[in-house]
Amino acid sequence: MIPINYYIVLSAILFTIGTLGVLTRRNALIIFMSVELMLNAANLAFVAFARAREVALGQPFFDGQIFVFFVIAVAAAEVAVGLALIVEIFKSKRSIDVDQMSSLKG
Amino acid sequence: MTLDLILFLILALIAISTAFGMLLSRNAVYCALFLVLNFVTVAVFYLLLGAPFIAMSQITVYAGAIMVLFLFVIMLLGAESLPAAEVLPWQKPLATALAFVLAAEATFLLITRARPEGRVLQPDASANMMDNLRALGAELFSRYLLPFEVTSVLLLVAMVGVIVLIRKEKRVH
Repeated sequence: MIPINYYIVLSAILFTIGTLGVLTRRNALIIFMSVELMLNAANLAFVAFARAREVALGQPFFDGQIFVFFVIAVAAAEVAVGLALIVEIFKSKRSIDVDQMSSLKG
Repeated sequence: MTLDLILFLILALIAISTAFGMLLSRNAVYCALFLVLNFVTVAVFYLLLGAPFIAMSQITVYAGAIMVLFLFVIMLLGAESLPAAEVLPWQKPLATALAFVLAAEATFLLITRARPEGRVLQPDASANMMDNLRALGAELFSRYLLPFEVTSVLLLVAMVGVIVLIRKEKRVH
């Protein structure tokens, strides 16, 4: 059995890489992918904690898994809407560089 | 050092390196493919954590549907900056060798681990978690029925929203 801490550390590392991607990349699509990576890291932590709880209780415990299922469903909806917005931005500006999206400045 | 731990460490290495690959790759298509690999490794982690349903949802929804949508938009926008075609000389021999290793491994396992009556090996009782899945389904459709239905409405709203966003505007006379 792998200690629960290993999963939490891995989840933290993946989340940090996702954050780095959001902060350093300028392509809106890659930023969006980094957000997905962060969601995934959070899901991994969720399932790991649910497993720890299951082991502690000694009986099946599904709440964590069901929440992760909902997170996946909401992420699918979010990706659909987000990508539609990116396509619209590309249509009007011919670029998806987030530094170019400054028309609200001033 | 148990087998579990070795598997975990190898998978963790793959997950972290693919995440870094996504972070550092200049090409959006490579980023998306790295992310697919990352999602698949996370799905294997879910299997290790005894959550087969979540693992399969992860592969079908994330690695399948969401990433295909990403790749579709990348192609649509032409956002990929393809580098000059660089041919890796070792790529083809390495791929061929690895394919032979995989075939040999699969054949070896199928022959040596097959049951005496010549059948393919049965999965362990622990791997066969249908009871677990059944209980999860019962939970999902009883205690969590309302959130489940709300999620379906959310997906419908998202779909309608996307269609409204993308649709060409008709001139109103």
